[in-house]
Amino acid sequence: MNVLEVRGLSKSFGGIQAVSDVSFDLGEGEFLALIGPNGAGKTTCFNMLNGYLKPDRGSVKLGGRELIGVKPRRIWRMGVGRTFQITETFRSMTVLENVQMALISHHRETGNLFSRATRMHVDKAMSLLETISMADYANRACSELAYGDLKRLELAVALAHEPKLLLMDEPTAGMAPSERIALMALTAEIVARERLSVIFTEHDMDVVFAHSHRIIVLNRGELIAEGTGDEIRANPHVQEVYLGGGTVFENTGATADA
Amino acid sequence: MSFYFAQLLTGLANASSLFLISCGLSIIFGVTRIVNFAHGSFYMIGAYVAYSTITTLDFGILGFWGGVIFASIVVGLVGLLVEVTILRRIYHAPELFQLVATFGLVLIIQDLTLAIWGPQDYLGPRAPGLDRAVRIFGEPIPEYDLALIVIGPLVLAAIWVLFHRTRWGVLVRAATQDREMIGALGVNQAWLFSAAFMLGAFLAGLGGALQVPRESVNLQMDLSVIGQAFVVVVIGGMGSVTGAFVAAVLISVLNAFAVLLFPQISLVLPFLVMAVVLIVRPYGLFGKPGSGHGPAAEPEQPMRLMSKGEAGLLAVFVALLALSPLFAANYTMVLLIDLLVATLFAVSLHFLMGVGGMVSFGHAAYFGLGAYAAALGVKFLGLGMIPAMILGPIAGGLGALLFGWFCVRLSGVYLAMLTLAAAQILWGVTFQWQEFTGGDDGILGVWPASWAKSNQAYFYVAFVLCLGGIWLLQRVAHSPFGYTLRGGRDSAIRAEAIGINLKRHQWMGFTLAGAVAGLAGVVFAFSKGSVFPDTLAISKSVDGLVMVLLGGIHSLAGPILGAGVFVLIEDWVTKLEFWRFIFGVIILVVVLAAPDGVAGGVSRLRGLFSRRTKDGEAAQ
Amino acid sequence: MINRRDIFAGLAAVSMLAGAGTAMAQDSIVIGEINSYTGLPAFTVPYKKGWELAVEEINAAGGINGQMLEIISRDDTGDPATAIRIAEEMISKENAVMLFGTFLSNIGLAVSDFAKQNEVLFLASEPLTDAIVWSSGNKYTYRLRPSTHMQAAMLAERAAELDAVKWATIAPNYAYGQDAVKAFKSELLKLRPDVEFVEEQWPPVFDIDAGSAVRALEAAKPDAIYNVTFGGDLAKFVREGSLRFLFEDRSVVSLLTGEPEYLEPLGDETPSGWIVTGYPGADIDTPEHNAFVEAYRAKWDEDPKTGSIVGYNSILSIKAMLEKAGSTDTEAMLAAMEGLEVAESPTGPFVYRAADHQSTMGAYVGNTELVDGAPKMVDWVYADGAEFLPSEEEAAKLRPAE
Repeated sequence: MNVLEVRGLSKSFGGIQAVSDVSFDLGEGEFLALIGPNGAGKTTCFNMLNGYLKPDRGSVKLGGRELIGVKPRRIWRMGVGRTFQITETFRSMTVLENVQMALISHHRETGNLFSRATRMHVDKAMSLLETISMADYANRACSELAYGDLKRLELAVALAHEPKLLLMDEPTAGMAPSERIALMALTAEIVARERLSVIFTEHDMDVVFAHSHRIIVLNRGELIAEGTGDEIRANPHVQEVYLGGGTVFENTGATADA
Repeated sequence: MSFYFAQLLTGLANASSLFLISCGLSIIFGVTRIVNFAHGSFYMIGAYVAYSTITTLDFGILGFWGGVIFASIVVGLVGLLVEVTILRRIYHAPELFQLVATFGLVLIIQDLTLAIWGPQDYLGPRAPGLDRAVRIFGEPIPEYDLALIVIGPLVLAAIWVLFHRTRWGVLVRAATQDREMIGALGVNQAWLFSAAFMLGAFLAGLGGALQVPRESVNLQMDLSVIGQAFVVVVIGGMGSVTGAFVAAVLISVLNAFAVLLFPQISLVLPFLVMAVVLIVRPYGLFGKPGSGHGPAAEPEQPMRLMSKGEAGLLAVFVALLALSPLFAANYTMVLLIDLLVATLFAVSLHFLMGVGGMVSFGHAAYFGLGAYAAALGVKFLGLGMIPAMILGPIAGGLGALLFGWFCVRLSGVYLAMLTLAAAQILWGVTFQWQEFTGGDDGILGVWPASWAKSNQAYFYVAFVLCLGGIWLLQRVAHSPFGYTLRGGRDSAIRAEAIGINLKRHQWMGFTLAGAVAGLAGVVFAFSKGSVFPDTLAISKSVDGLVMVLLGGIHSLAGPILGAGVFVLIEDWVTKLEFWRFIFGVIILVVVLAAPDGVAGGVSRLRGLFSRRTKDGEAAQ
Repeated sequence: MINRRDIFAGLAAVSMLAGAGTAMAQDSIVIGEINSYTGLPAFTVPYKKGWELAVEEINAAGGINGQMLEIISRDDTGDPATAIRIAEEMISKENAVMLFGTFLSNIGLAVSDFAKQNEVLFLASEPLTDAIVWSSGNKYTYRLRPSTHMQAAMLAERAAELDAVKWATIAPNYAYGQDAVKAFKSELLKLRPDVEFVEEQWPPVFDIDAGSAVRALEAAKPDAIYNVTFGGDLAKFVREGSLRFLFEDRSVVSLLTGEPEYLEPLGDETPSGWIVTGYPGADIDTPEHNAFVEAYRAKWDEDPKTGSIVGYNSILSIKAMLEKAGSTDTEAMLAAMEGLEVAESPTGPFVYRAADHQSTMGAYVGNTELVDGAPKMVDWVYADGAEFLPSEEEAAKLRPAE
């Protein structure tokens, strides 16, 4: 059964067609990459999935329920977690408190005026931090963390309400190559264990080919190819688009080996 | 028809002078992100210097315009001095901290002006050559009005040329849009800021100097103009000079016609217009999203619960306070009651600003609503003290519920300005509606019940209510609700992405802060026995801001320390002549020495001390 | 670089000096005085000079009943709440036997209510509001200066003599302006039932849009105008009005405009022939007033203003009261205040009416004129306050029951 069904998604900004008639499905437990050169419409597409942009046309169904027109926070409540291209965390809180906040929100306790927030859901939050190997950092201030750690923290926050679907916008942007591999390996492991479905956008082709089950390629707002890593690598249309964009796939393999 | 045309010209002449006053404020904000309270003071200096120059030189036309330019240059240099010696040192302090510094400047400049020019008003000469009226379609129009109608657009054009045709101007515009980028391009940001500030001050001085032929030069000029200038800048969009021009025309022309139909409306009209504009266009007519935000604040440390030692210390302090009626003098009780009220007010404002990230320039509105609700309850319903006291927080909360609904839709400085508009509208209604609120004569006879009549007894009433309110807000700050507000302040996007309806939480936070401010207002009303519109005036809101920012916004103890320092300094310093000057200097010293407020200064001192002792131990 | 410690040391020294003045002189009568010295220095500084002169004269002549007068004076910062706190401090800490002063009506009212609650005598020197002796009057509060109602009535009497039938009014939109218009209307209609009021302008106080207001008045084509604006608003109104010929062929009656504080800043733009209440200063030629002017000039090297005479008369009132009471006990002082007669003052004798606690000190009514380039009041007469007050029986009814 498909977790997500996207049909005919279109969006234009002032006459420029940013996304045009994109359709695809996402199966349970699937790890789907959304790629394309700059300006291909990845981010627009992504923001329509998570409710930040309203498409001109099309539908997005999560387990049969329409997501279009639903506010981002409601989409989250329907079981969709997300991470950001540039990390968004609560900087004045500790690592643990960031995770606790997601749990408090999940249990609909944000209107509580008298309990001590720091004493709530501690065990569950610690176990989430353990899954991303950050238990030792629990009481560190978020503002002191290295960038890669913030990325991992976001992952823990995104997993707090046990989502069915995870949306990750350039999960490895701004990280050192070794960190990228480690983060995506961790994500893949969690996804496999929890039977999550994931859609992520990514610039780094190593990450894409190493971890995705399936790849969707966008160019100028249109879906131009869909398939496994090998299929995409062999696709002449994709080659042409990416060569035009200056990216050469052959080279990336070498980096991954290094 | 000719009548309405003449009325339009009158409006346009006012628009020009309003534009001249406001455009400098907009430039300063656009480049430096400083909300410059001292802009009205620059305007006042411009008027005084121009008056003195013109009357001393007495050169006719040349002397007049020479005096105007000379005054503008003097004010520009004063601005430069202020920027280089004070503001430059605190650009990296938390957002809005500069506001307190400029407020200190307002006080200093008031007393300096009084010392130099004396207390009397001066009516300057009319502009030579433009001292009569001409008839247009049979209606008399002052020539100077026509001159102003020309000067306003001329200045606008000059600024446009400066910004679009010179390298400096291009850099200023770039800085208005993206400050970090200017730094990255290797431009000397410090001098860019200084120059922009000087230009802004120069324009304020020009605005003041050009008012000399229209009105008397007096010591109230600074504060009477600053509110209007804020309104114009906000309606136009902060940082937009063209916007300021359009806004000035909008307000002045509307007012020129509105007084024909509703003579009472002038006081609230600008604020009504501002409220409507901000609700429809949250960044003003020409403002861009994001331009309302200041520099990224220093990361704040996570909150922690008190250690055993600290809790013990606090308990001792509270116990001492509780026992103070046994040993303190009668007047000390009065001072302590004032201190408790100020602290509760500051804590409620801090809850809104520090915890909720919503800066309010009009928090006194809810303080005043509480005070008035209690006073009206006593006056019209004949309520006793306790029932009337219950009305206060309810009224404060309801007022905040109503205005908060609009305010939380905005953020940053725009939110602050809408709170200011709300407070000014409420103040205007209270001030003018004599039948119901008593107008400026206020409501008298709001004294405590007979059992609480003595200062000692009323101290306990204040003690219980204020400490209760402070305890409540501290408790809430540590609760999931408080954490949610703090989270929303850190990252609205993240809050939304974990399923939080941030606006609704902010709205409720706004309401809670309003209700607690209302409680403070009630305690205040019964301690003074009377309530006047001053309780919801801007100056009261500014007092609150100064307390919170002096204390340090990043600490829950900040507002408590800030209120304490503020009330004690005020009580002591107002006994002196030229107390405003001294108070202003104290504010500047605190601002420069402890840019993270008293609480921040204390914790840094403690850090320094513990390091010293460690060093000392190591040396042994 | 400035050393912070030096600044604090300096501040501490200043505060000690300031505190030193209050500790001395057990043998004196301590009286608390509160006014808006920083907020409205143009009005309160001459007032302070007036009462300081009187205190100096009294003490030089041996004080009152053998005791020196000692005044503790404080700035209320323009805020009623601060005024209350200072009043509290004066009573409980400085042992002041009574309070006097205040200029702003709201502060006067706040202190008068404080006086009632704390059972202290308060002489409101300057506030004009009618409420302080009538609707909010109390046992402990007396007022010296002729009130809004009295001065409006003085003008109404003159206005009634004019041919004008259609009147327009302009007044700042707050309690003072509203009271002043109401009083003038009712007093004028009593004398001239045939007049009608065709236009009202209510600019915000200290923020008048004078051009628009002038044009709105002009549009109503009134025969005469009643003005209540003052200070900076008045200057703007006068300038815009004369530029636009508003005052041509029209009578103008104007409240308080003859007071030097308001008249002098108008300089050579002073409109001529406005009927005003005020104070002609050194032009008053009575022995008492001449002596006052001479002493005032000698001490301060300037001419007295309205505030000066109010400040001076405040102390004369207090002196008369203390001599009559023979004690500083509040009940004795209250008894002395009732119907207190101040037989000799620069403006002539006046009494504090027992029924409503208003003094009968009057004001001068005359016309504005430029004389040798300087603004003056001419053709003035002294209007005795007693004639413009309701009878004591009527006034008593205006006050709340004790």
